[in-house]
Amino acid sequence: MSRVLRRHEFVDDDWVSLGEQPPAEGAVVIVPFARFREQADGWRAWKGPLGVRLSPPDRVEDLAADLACFSLVALEFTGPGEGRGYTQAKLLRKRYKFAGELRAVGHVKQDQLYLMSRCGIDSFALSSTENPEEALATLQRFKVAYTPGAPIPSLTRERFHG
Amino acid sequence: MYRYDDIDQAVVDQRVAEFRDQTRRYLAGELSDDEFRPLRLRNGLYIQRHAPMLRIAVPYGLLSTKQLRKLAFVARTYDRGFGHFTTRQNLQLHWPELKNVPDILEHLATVQMHAIQTSGNCVRNVTADHMAGVAKDELDDPRPYCEILRQWSTLNPEFTYLPRKFKIAVTGSPEDRAASEVHDIGLHLQRDANGAIGFKVFVGGGLGRTPIIGQVVREYLPLTDLLAYCEAILRVYNRYGRRDNIHKARIKILVKSLGIAEFRKQVEAEFEGSKDFATQLDMAEVDRVRGFFRPHAYETLENIDAAHGRELEFQSWFRYNTREHKVPGYRAVFVCLKAHRHVPGDITSEQMEAVADLADRESFGLVRTTHNQNLLLADVRQDALYAVWQELKALGLAMPNIGTLTDMIACPGLDFCSLANAGTLTVADQIQQQFDDLDYLYDLGDIEIKMSGCMNGCGHHHVGHIGILGVDKHGEEWYQITLGGSVNGFSALGEVIGPSVPRDDVAPTIQRIVEVYRARREDGERFIETYRRIGVKPFKEQAYVQSPAAA
Repeated sequence: MSRVLRRHEFVDDDWVSLGEQPPAEGAVVIVPFARFREQADGWRAWKGPLGVRLSPPDRVEDLAADLACFSLVALEFTGPGEGRGYTQAKLLRKRYKFAGELRAVGHVKQDQLYLMSRCGIDSFALSSTENPEEALATLQRFKVAYTPGAPIPSLTRERFHG
Repeated sequence: MYRYDDIDQAVVDQRVAEFRDQTRRYLAGELSDDEFRPLRLRNGLYIQRHAPMLRIAVPYGLLSTKQLRKLAFVARTYDRGFGHFTTRQNLQLHWPELKNVPDILEHLATVQMHAIQTSGNCVRNVTADHMAGVAKDELDDPRPYCEILRQWSTLNPEFTYLPRKFKIAVTGSPEDRAASEVHDIGLHLQRDANGAIGFKVFVGGGLGRTPIIGQVVREYLPLTDLLAYCEAILRVYNRYGRRDNIHKARIKILVKSLGIAEFRKQVEAEFEGSKDFATQLDMAEVDRVRGFFRPHAYETLENIDAAHGRELEFQSWFRYNTREHKVPGYRAVFVCLKAHRHVPGDITSEQMEAVADLADRESFGLVRTTHNQNLLLADVRQDALYAVWQELKALGLAMPNIGTLTDMIACPGLDFCSLANAGTLTVADQIQQQFDDLDYLYDLGDIEIKMSGCMNGCGHHHVGHIGILGVDKHGEEWYQITLGGSVNGFSALGEVIGPSVPRDDVAPTIQRIVEVYRARREDGERFIETYRRIGVKPFKEQAYVQSPAAA
């Protein structure tokens, strides 16, 4: 089982991504948003915990009506310059008040964790090359910020307010 | 000027520590070139033709003398003893070693400076009118708003991985000396009917491959909505700006493809829909920052005729290299970095230190960098001008050509930049030689030459009265010439006059172009005014006519 950095702790990843085969009933599964939309009624009736994976062009507005179905939203970062996930995270937390797990997947490097955290992402499926201890340490480095954002323990002051 | 509090200092110190760690991991082989690139770019570090290039931020072009001396120290210690001021008011070092960059940043942090976001696909240094606070035609000093925007954009979590770079300029004067209409966001200070300060917001201007003049997205934006509205613009851009093609990724392409009306609709909807979580700007914070930009303790003086009875050379310098100040008895003085046979914008460490000494004595300890790649001592007493001139002259910084043809803008070009197709510095030198006669230059009057070594347009050639663009033609350096561009309060893009010319023909071609102006001008018309009246055709007809001697 792979490991994931969730709320400042490394834990076993209890989620599985939807593969080609239909999942066992009640499985803890992350469904790509496109697959969800293909069979939305079926997924809405899903018994177990359900997660959804957004790719960068996916619009959070299109997910909003079904957000209550999900206890996890995975945001895909497809490369080092991809930045749409930051806005997706911010809107999910702030406009749509999503309170479940918000997970960064794909190209997730230690150098992005701080900014991702501030946008409200609270779990990270790190790229396999990343050093877990170093990654965790990056979340301790920042003590102050200019703009308002999601709280992280080391960060004690902000200049501007939301 | 603004002084850091503990929050500002901690932000910079954190970033230095982070970058030191990133550099260490890269040098240890833990980060690949591809992984390190976006990290170093967000700290102003390019890998150039010869060495890394470090671009140091000079927020809205304002430097204390302590900062200028530190730049001199850094250039001497870690580079070759000189630096290059850019059109976006920053300083570039062209020869630092990568392993030394964290140390350089640490030195800069001790004087409240940094290189954060001077490159990369993020919000860049916010620029302003170099005459801010001293211009007579100014509605309000733009610098407090620049500083607020600087802080808001620094390591902004949501907007650090944009589709492409993002540049903001703020002007408080109708004569737009900040070229704000060719920025991604241009802010013009306005007052509403009740006299309250706000902004007219332009969006989608830019140069580069697709030069576009910005369009108005909001006629009047109240001051306290500044950050929330910029967030709405950036959010729409971050979501819908193109990421599949680097040449179509700037916000101007998004604005153009949606049309300004649809773009405005989306921004306004985003703005309305984020009221309860957008970043707030309260007047207490505005007042705190404004407090750092209060007028100096000027003496009560009368204007004097400083040039009266002085030698012609001083009179020329006074006329061309100084500007009217809103306070009687003072003038703003250009420190000219356009001496002939000299790379535009370059300055040595010794010159930086001498300018710092001069500014300490004569201009309240502050120096400004200008969009035109000169420096400015903004607050010099008129009765000190002659002595200041003598000192600047001894330093080689008093060439009386500000605003004339040889006060040209040029990017570093092929000699330094790995993007360039053609050299700019040799051409600049040839133009300076061709137009070395000051009387002839003065007769030509205000002419702006702007030159870029490639279509990325760092030298702003599109908006030069005369624009020069270096192009690669089968491995040779050729130059395309445009006429009629401008930005100061009347934005227009230049028109190509015809086929590009080889390097050694650029200066003679320009000579033929300005001769058309001399022959056709009426009653004190400036070059650009004659051009607008008679159009490009007469210039086209003469530009390629070789003189019998040259043929």
